[in-house]
Amino acid sequence: MSDIVLRDDIPETMLPDAGGENAGNRHIIEIDSHSLNFGPQHPSAHGVLRLVLEMDGEVVARAVPHIGLLHRGTEKLIEYKTYMKALPYFDRLDYVSPMCEEQAFALATEKLLGIEIPDRAKWIRTMFAEITRVLNHLLNITSFGLDCGALTPALWGYEEREKLLEFYEAASGARFHANYFRPGGVARDLPLGLTDRIAGWVTEFPRFIDDLESMLTGNRIWKQRTVGIGIFTSEQALDWGFSGPCLRASGVPWDLRKSQPYDMYDQVQFAVPVARNGDCYDRYLVRIAEMRESVKIVAQCLERMPDGPVKVQDTKISPPSRKDMKRSMEALIHHFKLFTEGYHVPPGATYTAVESPKGEFGVYLVADGSNRPYRCKIRPTGFAHLQAMDELSRRHMLADAVAIIGSLDLVFGEIDR
Amino acid sequence: MVEALAATRDAAVIGRLGALAASLSTKAVGVASASVEKGELVVRADRAALLPLMTMLRDDPRFAFQQMMDLCGVDFPERPERFDVVYNLLSVTLNQRCRVIVTTDEVQPVPSVHRIWSAATWWERECYDLFGVLFSDQPDLRRILTDYGFEGHPLRKDFPLTGYVEVRYDVDRRAVVYEPVKLTQDFRNFDFVSPWEGMMTLPGDEKAHETRQGITSGVPGK
Repeated sequence: MSDIVLRDDIPETMLPDAGGENAGNRHIIEIDSHSLNFGPQHPSAHGVLRLVLEMDGEVVARAVPHIGLLHRGTEKLIEYKTYMKALPYFDRLDYVSPMCEEQAFALATEKLLGIEIPDRAKWIRTMFAEITRVLNHLLNITSFGLDCGALTPALWGYEEREKLLEFYEAASGARFHANYFRPGGVARDLPLGLTDRIAGWVTEFPRFIDDLESMLTGNRIWKQRTVGIGIFTSEQALDWGFSGPCLRASGVPWDLRKSQPYDMYDQVQFAVPVARNGDCYDRYLVRIAEMRESVKIVAQCLERMPDGPVKVQDTKISPPSRKDMKRSMEALIHHFKLFTEGYHVPPGATYTAVESPKGEFGVYLVADGSNRPYRCKIRPTGFAHLQAMDELSRRHMLADAVAIIGSLDLVFGEIDR
Repeated sequence: MVEALAATRDAAVIGRLGALAASLSTKAVGVASASVEKGELVVRADRAALLPLMTMLRDDPRFAFQQMMDLCGVDFPERPERFDVVYNLLSVTLNQRCRVIVTTDEVQPVPSVHRIWSAATWWERECYDLFGVLFSDQPDLRRILTDYGFEGHPLRKDFPLTGYVEVRYDVDRRAVVYEPVKLTQDFRNFDFVSPWEGMMTLPGDEKAHETRQGITSGVPGK
């Protein structure tokens, strides 16, 4: 797209001045510059993005995102909730990958509490975090396709997502707002037969990725819309705080699951796909390759998951079993105290980050010794990505701006908080 | 075996961070203190010397913090300089993180780091929006998350959870109207700070306690 020249790009000396000798030979074509309101109710805005585009003809001269239309004050609300009641807010941040957000908060709280969760809980978390990754990438890739005119991937993708949401439902009771990963483990053990169903999915799903790729990867229209669009070099990506697939597409081999492993990621074998060009097509390719790796991780989790407890055996932190509550007065008191007062977290602060499907999702948690967080700062991934929108889409056509938004994988639940 | 490996790895990381903290607290300008807390490198810095320190943290090959992942405020209303501004830095080449904390109040600006990391602009806007922390040399210090025309800084501890205004659609006027918040029931806030916490002697029960102490020779409880 570098052949498009904006008025601002022409140096002073190149501009014909009115009284110069060459003034007669040159023509200045004034293209009508106007601003365009993209969103907040635009299907390609992926939620409630209001993008004010200053257009130079059909070329984007400046893109100014306005965010905050979905701001719900999550961080303020969390300051008034116990740690246990704060957790469901994380499902509602990035509603496309709920369990990974929960994981960040659970890990941060566990770090401040100084507890180590049982192995089975770690394996379950790792497995569901990867299922979540597939869930997220399926929606992103297919809706990205939809933004560029490919309808079928979205229809197929939804069917596959439905299967995964059934696993969510079986494990946690809810399709989206799972509230499943808790500080101290997971809410409950997997129901009977679920691992067999997931094992069946693991054998079938790679074929679906092949089908999906057959529609997009080699598709001429798809490549015309994405190759060379929205290029970011690795220096730019680092400077703008990119993470996750967007950073890896720019050639930086960085994955928190490898470099700062949490739960059971240091026990499983997987590759980190990295691309070189940093354009929309590479961001797509990285996500496709990540889905294949995720399936491998899920298979390893199923194979190696031991039996045992799924939450810490400390009834000051995780609720006692129903059976105990019928018999033991102490268990009943613990249950009551836990669900009214919650647990007190010792004073301290931590910044804990996980590799969510979109990139680094961090929680900066400050505890003051009470039963509520003193401050819980959520580091949304898309916030940093969207900020670079101006840099990414400048000198691109309007339709390319849509492709760039699709490739950044934005969800406004987490950006606006 | 695996746990032992993980433990040695953690110890090595903390040792390396400790060395960084030691060199920061002795040699770097504008560092009030540097320590390793819960395995994380925490640097408390002087607001006036923030820019040279941050440039050093980014460019010095021992630190190489190429990325600023996050910037946030924390409010401690009882302190004279009530706000902490917390920068979370990440180095992808050395695989290390660092947290830089400076303090400020409602009127004294913090130098903007947007020339060091482009990503800082929106984080600083967010911090300004939610806390009212000012950033000097920041060309784009507008509100970002709250509504157009919003007043106040919602994450300050003295800002009520319910806010001051609420919006609704007025059918008669055919417009969205802003009104003061009306609560049908007072906002209830339980602090769960127990008066009995850590108290060994119940009021009026001192004598019994002394007797008990005599028997158990100073060991409280049971």
